[in-house]
Amino acid sequence: MSKSFFVDTTVCTACRACQVACKQWHDLPADVTTNRGFYQNPKDLSFTTYKVVRMSEKVIDGKMRWLFFPEQCRHCMEPPCRDTAGEESAIYSDSATGAVIYTAKTKGLKVKEITESCPYNIPRAKKDGTMAKCDMCLDRVQNGLLPACVKTCPTGAMTFGARDEMLALAKKRLQEVQAKYPKASLIDPNDVRVIYLVAFEPKEYHAFAVASADSVGISRQVALRKMARPLTRFVQAL
Amino acid sequence: MTNHWIDLKNADVILIMGSNAAENHPISFKWVTEAQRNGGKLINVDPRFTRTSSKADIYAPIRSGTDIAFLGGMIKYILDNKLYHEEYVVRYTNASFIVGKNFSFADGLFSGYDESKRSYDKSKWAFEADEKGVTKRDPGLKDPQCVFNLLKNHYDRYTLTLVSQITGTPEKQLLEVYQAYSETGKPDKAGTIMYAMGWTQSTHGTQNIRTMSIIQSLLGNMGMAGGGVNALRGESNVQGSTDQGLLFHILPGYLPTPPASFGSLAVYNEKFTPKSSDPRSANWWQNRPKYMTSLLKSLFGDKATAENDFGYHWLPKIDDGKAYSWLDLFDVMYAGKIKGFFAWGQNPACSGANANKTRKAMAKLDWMVNVNLFDNETGSFWKGPGMKPAEIKTEVFMLPACVSVEKEGSITNSGRWMQWRYEGPKPLGNSRPDGDIIVELGLKLKELYAKGGAFPEPITNLKWDYVTNGKYDPHKIAKEINGYWVKDKTIGEVTYKAGTLVAPGFALLQADGSTSCGNWIYCGSYTDKGNMSARRNQEDAPNKIGLYPSFAWAWPVNRRIIYNRASCNPKGQPYNDKRWVVKWDAEGKKWVGDVPDGPWPPLQNPDSSEREDGRYAYIMTREGFAQLYGPGLNDGPFPEHYEPLECPVEKNMMNKQRMNPVAPVFGGEADTFATCDPKFPFVGTTYRVSEHWQTGLMTRPLPWLMELQPQMFVEMSEELAKLRKIKNGERVLVSSARGKVQATAIVTARFKPFKIGETIVHEVGMPYHYGWRWPATGKEESANLLTPSTGDANTRIPETKAFMVNVTKL
Repeated sequence: MSKSFFVDTTVCTACRACQVACKQWHDLPADVTTNRGFYQNPKDLSFTTYKVVRMSEKVIDGKMRWLFFPEQCRHCMEPPCRDTAGEESAIYSDSATGAVIYTAKTKGLKVKEITESCPYNIPRAKKDGTMAKCDMCLDRVQNGLLPACVKTCPTGAMTFGARDEMLALAKKRLQEVQAKYPKASLIDPNDVRVIYLVAFEPKEYHAFAVASADSVGISRQVALRKMARPLTRFVQAL
Repeated sequence: MTNHWIDLKNADVILIMGSNAAENHPISFKWVTEAQRNGGKLINVDPRFTRTSSKADIYAPIRSGTDIAFLGGMIKYILDNKLYHEEYVVRYTNASFIVGKNFSFADGLFSGYDESKRSYDKSKWAFEADEKGVTKRDPGLKDPQCVFNLLKNHYDRYTLTLVSQITGTPEKQLLEVYQAYSETGKPDKAGTIMYAMGWTQSTHGTQNIRTMSIIQSLLGNMGMAGGGVNALRGESNVQGSTDQGLLFHILPGYLPTPPASFGSLAVYNEKFTPKSSDPRSANWWQNRPKYMTSLLKSLFGDKATAENDFGYHWLPKIDDGKAYSWLDLFDVMYAGKIKGFFAWGQNPACSGANANKTRKAMAKLDWMVNVNLFDNETGSFWKGPGMKPAEIKTEVFMLPACVSVEKEGSITNSGRWMQWRYEGPKPLGNSRPDGDIIVELGLKLKELYAKGGAFPEPITNLKWDYVTNGKYDPHKIAKEINGYWVKDKTIGEVTYKAGTLVAPGFALLQADGSTSCGNWIYCGSYTDKGNMSARRNQEDAPNKIGLYPSFAWAWPVNRRIIYNRASCNPKGQPYNDKRWVVKWDAEGKKWVGDVPDGPWPPLQNPDSSEREDGRYAYIMTREGFAQLYGPGLNDGPFPEHYEPLECPVEKNMMNKQRMNPVAPVFGGEADTFATCDPKFPFVGTTYRVSEHWQTGLMTRPLPWLMELQPQMFVEMSEELAKLRKIKNGERVLVSSARGKVQATAIVTARFKPFKIGETIVHEVGMPYHYGWRWPATGKEESANLLTPSTGDANTRIPETKAFMVNVTKL
């Protein structure tokens, strides 16, 4: 069944248990970090960091706000990275859940093309060009478990389940939250499988919280390739 | 906690002050979040804007160490605007009690002060009693000597202007907090407080909590679902260890440790057993002799007889007037008067105030036994920074303990729930459960003392039968704590057989030696029906407020919300029908809901006539009432604002005493202090973060956590950084009169300078999680190198939450 996450940032306390649970489940090494004058660490996603809780200090309407955004791959409904790659052995959408999965064969892809195709700036590569990101804990999900980040969240900021249920939950919660935060919104709910509820403008949280218009997904070249693909396949089949 | 974690969801208003629950008790936010979803308001008062503040509906800044001024202002606000719950105040608090004429307060001092001893003669604060010995009352609250009027008078000085000048909280924000919280004075509303070390670690820590208790009593929030006074414990079993007598001044079950001058059990019982002449006061502590005898039977078994005072003379005693707290012990150790030291499950080289003094003190020992999961800064103190190993004679023994998941036993959480846990993986290598180590140590001591030694009886007579198949048996200990009959005894028509467990609870314990009980408040936790703490039933009680009475077991007698009789009016009917805790079933002649504070009927009949068989709600106090006026503490019956020992102001703006006149101050060469010293111009405070725990022994060696918070840091305002030309992320030096620590500067708008009187005062804050052993650079050190060796006037907990520092570029 098609799956989605609902992430209610209004109740996220940035305890960052999700960030650690992600590393633990995937057995990813810790990045060597220093304190850069901020709580947020690591500074950014990496080949070995699929999840980072972005922490942003803002004064909005004269009030101090500390905004938290547990960032991860959005598992787009129509993933531009997958379409850009055009190579299902490297990047594919799992037919049951919709999880966007990167394999070891991403090594053969053009890193720049893939990263630039992502409107949320998610994929990261190691030196040899292999790429990695959140995999929806597909192995857990296929065995009836929640993704590690959702399982560990103490406040209920993260939920996971059937897409229609998550969409309904997100809309219901948005209505509740708007009483307190009139500018609250859901970020790109129809395009992604990780639906964030934010209390303020998405850009206040993180530059790539919302799909940015100027880095939108697919370059012209890629779009052409996508259009041509059925033909290519047809030709190959011959 | 008077209430428990789940109950937070029932609150209409939650005040988080003196704690940072979102960061340090993350799971609590499951329930705080639920309260907010139900329409509850979250208020956060903290020197800096934290992850807790980020979720608050109202945030107000406060200068560290000025909580009594802040809350005293709220008391005044509640009284001035008549926002208190009147029936509750008259019926359930001591507002109507008449205080004796010897009580007075002037210039920051209560009557009875002896400057040479830095102590009070508390007899000056006593209530007036009638000829029968019952405390005189004026339920109309008109008598000028009644507590209510003295309270009004005392806090009349706590005006918004003055409180704002002291705390640095702008008046507008003070009012916003006062208004929102006082809403809970309506009979059907409940407000709760979540506090932790931000309140306790102060020279007036106990009085910080007292001030809030007064507010909770005035607003009628005690005993209510979503109310209470709730201490967030910093470790999974702090509550349990305190219950079991971890602190020097209490034996298990909050029985006072006897002073040396109390020469017999009879004297002990006479002095420590309160007497009430009021027939409607349950005065529960009148049962103290039963609990004491049962404890002695548990310690010494058959050797404890009526003839030898049940072994009372083998108990350790406190020299009259002396204290044996953390600060006191390390002071004596520093003076070279302690030869040996067991550092058990702790890391004093990093965790205690004035850590340089602690580290130097350990060098005066002949031996130290370090019982812990890993080596730490304490076990390796002799090779730490500034130490010369060749000159240190202390011999250190390391005993590896296994981790909690590798052993069976119980923990008691903040909500007083005793919860059984099982052994998961087997202990790694040679590590062993703490209980196993203690039991073997005891057996070895008994063997050695059997051959002779000074005063061997306390050891040789100790009943020490907790072993099964050569190993410590947690079930035997749990049964010992619950208690059992040592003789056949017939009470009424029931005969209890020797050897059977005491059940259902402590009401059956005896003072004649027929029962043995290791801790009376846990009586009923392990019965012939089994181990109550191992229960995992998830069915709620009929009142559906999240009590889950068959999940684990709560002391006392599985009561989930204590003082719950006060959640009802004098007729026994709940102030809040929707979230009722208990109610009197007149037909069934019993209370239903939670386990009530005793079986007696309520105070009134449905026709408002008084019932002589009813009992007052506050059964643990002598008179049966919540104490707005508390004549038992060392530093006064009403909380009063005093500055911390080290503070940024020359004068206390509230009165003529700068600091708490009875707080302990240590005067050795290692105990230096600096107040209003231009060398240390900024207020300093310490705290924890989500990513590390305590001194970091279990978190600093973990790469996944070090990735999140890799280095010691100091948070400061943008204004202070500009003043000191410090850039964000730069390494700086923080210093106090006692030590220096390097740290990375976090320059943030979450910290703001305070306007104190006419002066701008800056505050900085640091986590205390680091130490030189990890990370391997050795440069991330403990914030406790800076903190002062002074403490609370009652508990003597160190004042590590407010002191003076300097911050400079490296």
